[in-house]
Amino acid sequence: MLRLPPIEFVKPRSMQDVLAALTDDPADDEVRLVAAGTDLWPNMKRRHQQAKTVISLMSIPQLRGIETAGGELRVGATTTLTDILRDEIIRARFPAFARAVASISSPPLRNMATLGGNLCIDTRCTYYNQSEEWRRSIDYCLKERGEICWVATKSPRCWAHSASDAAPILCTLGARVKLVSSAGERVIPLAGLYREDGIEYLNKRRDEVLTEILIPADSDSEHCRSTFWKLRRRGSIDFSVLSVAAAVWTDSKGMVTRAAMYLGAVESRPMPVDAMDMLLGKSLGKTLNATLNATLDPTLDPTVGKPSGTAPGEQLIAAIARQAHQIARPLDNTDFTPSWRGKMVEHYAQAALGELAGLPMRRLAPRHGLTVV
Amino acid sequence: MTEERKLRLIGTPFRRVDGRAKVTGRTLFADDLHFPRTAWVKLVRSTVPHARIKSIDCSSALAMKGVLGTLVGEELPDSFGILPVSEDEHALAIDTVRFVGDPVVAVAAVSEDIAHAAALAVNVEYEILATVPDFDAALKTPEPRIHDYGDEGNLHKKISMEFGDIDDGMAQADTVLEDTFYYEGNNHLALEQHASIAVAEDDDRVTLYSSTQTPHYVHRALIKTLGLPPARIRVIACSNGGGFGGKTDPFNHEIVIAKMALKLGRPVKIALTREEVFYCHRGRHPALMHIRTGFTKDGAMTAQHLRTAIDGGAYGSYGVASTYYTGALQTTTYRLPNYRFDGARAFTNKPPCGPKRGHGTPQPRFAFEVHLDKAAHVLGIDPAELRLRNLVPADTITANWLQIGTTGLRECIEAVTAGSNWKERYGKLPPGRGLGLACSAYMCGAGLPIYWNHMPQSGVQLQLDRSGCVAVFCGETEIGQGSDSVLAAIVAEILGIDLKDIRLCVADTDLTPVDLGSYSSRVTLMMGQAALQAAEKARAMIAETVAEHLEVPADTLVFADRRVFRADDPEHGLNFNEAVVVAESRFGTLGTTGSYIPPRAPGRYRGSGVGPSPTYSYTAAVIEVAVDADTGLYNVEHVWCAHDIGRAINPVLALGQIEGSIYMGLGEATMEEQVFRRLPKRLSPALVHKMPSMLEYKSPGFHDMPGMTSYLIETADERGPFGAKEVGQGPLLPVLPALANAIFDAVGVRVDQVPIQPENVLTALQAKTAGKDARVGPKKFPSIDYGEVLRVPTPEQGGDGRAVGDPRAQHAGVRSASGTMKDREEALKEHSSATLTTD
Repeated sequence: MLRLPPIEFVKPRSMQDVLAALTDDPADDEVRLVAAGTDLWPNMKRRHQQAKTVISLMSIPQLRGIETAGGELRVGATTTLTDILRDEIIRARFPAFARAVASISSPPLRNMATLGGNLCIDTRCTYYNQSEEWRRSIDYCLKERGEICWVATKSPRCWAHSASDAAPILCTLGARVKLVSSAGERVIPLAGLYREDGIEYLNKRRDEVLTEILIPADSDSEHCRSTFWKLRRRGSIDFSVLSVAAAVWTDSKGMVTRAAMYLGAVESRPMPVDAMDMLLGKSLGKTLNATLNATLDPTLDPTVGKPSGTAPGEQLIAAIARQAHQIARPLDNTDFTPSWRGKMVEHYAQAALGELAGLPMRRLAPRHGLTVV
Repeated sequence: MTEERKLRLIGTPFRRVDGRAKVTGRTLFADDLHFPRTAWVKLVRSTVPHARIKSIDCSSALAMKGVLGTLVGEELPDSFGILPVSEDEHALAIDTVRFVGDPVVAVAAVSEDIAHAAALAVNVEYEILATVPDFDAALKTPEPRIHDYGDEGNLHKKISMEFGDIDDGMAQADTVLEDTFYYEGNNHLALEQHASIAVAEDDDRVTLYSSTQTPHYVHRALIKTLGLPPARIRVIACSNGGGFGGKTDPFNHEIVIAKMALKLGRPVKIALTREEVFYCHRGRHPALMHIRTGFTKDGAMTAQHLRTAIDGGAYGSYGVASTYYTGALQTTTYRLPNYRFDGARAFTNKPPCGPKRGHGTPQPRFAFEVHLDKAAHVLGIDPAELRLRNLVPADTITANWLQIGTTGLRECIEAVTAGSNWKERYGKLPPGRGLGLACSAYMCGAGLPIYWNHMPQSGVQLQLDRSGCVAVFCGETEIGQGSDSVLAAIVAEILGIDLKDIRLCVADTDLTPVDLGSYSSRVTLMMGQAALQAAEKARAMIAETVAEHLEVPADTLVFADRRVFRADDPEHGLNFNEAVVVAESRFGTLGTTGSYIPPRAPGRYRGSGVGPSPTYSYTAAVIEVAVDADTGLYNVEHVWCAHDIGRAINPVLALGQIEGSIYMGLGEATMEEQVFRRLPKRLSPALVHKMPSMLEYKSPGFHDMPGMTSYLIETADERGPFGAKEVGQGPLLPVLPALANAIFDAVGVRVDQVPIQPENVLTALQAKTAGKDARVGPKKFPSIDYGEVLRVPTPEQGGDGRAVGDPRAQHAGVRSASGTMKDREEALKEHSSATLTTD
């Protein structure tokens, strides 16, 4: 079987000890943080992520837990995905977040895996997530030890894709993250955590620890309607080959005051769809010919009807979906062909927006991640 | 005989004998075994697809603390291979590597971690040879040859044979249709990864425990490669965590650890990673197929010409047989008075293909059944009706000389069409919903053994003693299919005892009579007949003495409820153990044997050895699908599958096999593919498995399975024990074409290749909208010289099973037993009448 190389495994009891251990990394690449390890351990077994010392965050109770303060939701970085799904407040107030989390991997892995881990998950590529021996056969790749990005051989950058399902929805909801180091702490928008590079994909220094995720109160279901759609091969286990997270905020008159959409798995970071601004100042109810009050129900029967495609609101949706298609960069580094995944960006963006507008949902069967929480 | 007796166990859903151990985790698989001082082996595998080995440097590895030794190819100079005609493998490469994953060096260490680290430290230098990535390239690149044998260049095997006269047949047709299909290769994906442990015993003996479906063939390969007498090698097959054909070859790692155990004088273990299992492979051959059939306006078939081109990967494995199988069973479902088959297998620089559930037949079956669906539409005949009009009758001989036994295909079609309400719903469902039908047949055991011999293909030995326990010895191998339970149940049934009274000793080359192994759906029929015979002999001995003891005629005795008693007076009798005491007192130590040899097949032509079977199973399936026309995504909504099993020994086990086959068939139909990445040639010669992991090699999970309705059709066949036929492989076959046909019914497009990707459906739909051919599939079939055609008159033409003008015809089927490639060539010169094996 594939086995872990020898490592020193450290379980500090306090943040101070964690930060001290991080600072003690002379070579700057021999120490790694781990939460549950559902991403790191397989990567280390295949030896495309390596470390001499691995520092566990799991023995620090302060990093785990869910609380609300002033309506803002604070989730500790090592809170497990299952904890999140069991949380009544999250299920009621942030249903699209719950839906995204419910679609991650499989139940046993969700029991282990943490939210912070999912947000920091290594970018993925089928030239990279392979054994040491396999990677020798292609003389490695740009992301690790090699010279060439085999996905785009003339590219100066690595195109490994973002693999987090929590990231697109939390970016959409305007979440922020707290990064702590021995030099102090900072809170940045989650969207700002990510970079458009498959190798250096996080704006996080090596001595920083992501400790907390903060979701603003005005992004809950009372103020905002949000959704999450996911494309993958199978109904469980698989990473997304595409995810679409979208949300709209409206004022008391039903006018859209804010709108956001992020695409997952089609770039090295969650990709914002700026065309969502086209919804600003529009009345979602009138424009999209739908009722604002329709509750967002993941169990919604998705089999009925199909929009005619001619109403002004539908044209707006179509325009946004087209832009989503244009900015997505699906490449040949995961399941399915890039061209078809590209087409699916448009369909899934359209479907997500249609759902927000309360249009009758079409079934993009079979496995779009509409798992009932 | 048995038919007259009331059956108590056979046909009932009894609990499998290994069930409790399996579900509680107590079964010992090969990887669970560990002995004191066990050393671990890791294989250094080739990182290049095709090359000469320039140098091997193990010094860094050997210098590591805990490393015990290495092995290289020269230390195991003798080649091996499952078929005597293609013994083209070495346990470790000598001079040449032929695919990424080909083993070159073995490293042993005190732990698996150290062995792995040491393996990574071995340095092998290569001189790169041209990469041959697929069939087309093999055809166009005769040099450099991947092997220095084979029919031509990089074509390993070429076959051409004609039964009857297809030109004449096509001339009688009102309509001649032709199609080209592609079937992607795929892996067995057994959950258990191959593992083996070899123990060096006293006196230069070695015992190998392994996850293998064929301990007997592994034993033979070890005899040849280790150069030891048979008595000094013992092979024990552990319970297999699934096999599906992936553990049917003797493997390099088994030979390596046996040799290493002898070299080090201690136990040696290897446990393959999933990636390495993909390199062992022996899975489904990628197959390009062209099929042309003549139909009368009533739907009768007048002739068929099938051409196949299969990609064999780097070694022979079962490939010669696989090539024949892409044509052999085409005649078993529908009457085909004239039939021509041309087949070719290429060597390529990829892991070797071999037998996977259905061995060589799912590919042409997919082609045939989709082709028939198209024909039904052209002819204006309902697809079910078209099939019903053409059924092969029971107890007939096909154009290619296969002896058909009982057939319940009609009942199968009736069951699935009734279940799916076909008549009311086919062609009438709303857009996006469709039904598809397909049928198939499969062998119940290959008629011939892998190597030529006249000995039993299965042997069973019983030992009875005064305790009342019955020990059953048989070489059969439990791979999860339930063969242990079938063996125990047959003996328990005949002797009227409980399953718990049976002690099984199986799959041990030291202790058990030879059974050829768990492949070709042979075990229930062949082992079952042998077990039946052995048990009947034991029963007769007991009956004779008990009859004397009770002073009643022997034929009035009943064996049931662990007693032997009078039929007309059940109180008058003995407990079974008392009966054994009586018999043992009379005869001395009690033991009986049973054996099974299949009947001789009527074909006498070169190649007639592949296809014959004691009898054939039949299956029909209907699939309902929902297709999203905007995305091409589809969902299998339900599967109805009816299987003619002859008679179910245990209906629960049988239904499990049907459902498992549906699952595996759907996997192949919808997503599974063993495909490779070739990097840009100017930058790299690499040709690597695209996704050798359980995560990225997509196969459906429970979550993705549709509802299923299975039917057991029982047409008891006297050729099988209690009338039983196979169920392990046949039900997979109709699943793929049924899905393709259902998608056509749903949205009117044809995807003539598997797996059927949503992208393919969408592309075909867009072509349809654009008024173009609403089809995705291979556009052309290459021009292949299949060699001179072997002409064989059919039974209908008054033929006698021989080919026209074949000087070897009368001796067809005679094969020598052993020898390397070279030995065999010489043997052939000496005995020019002998043909190669599997012919």
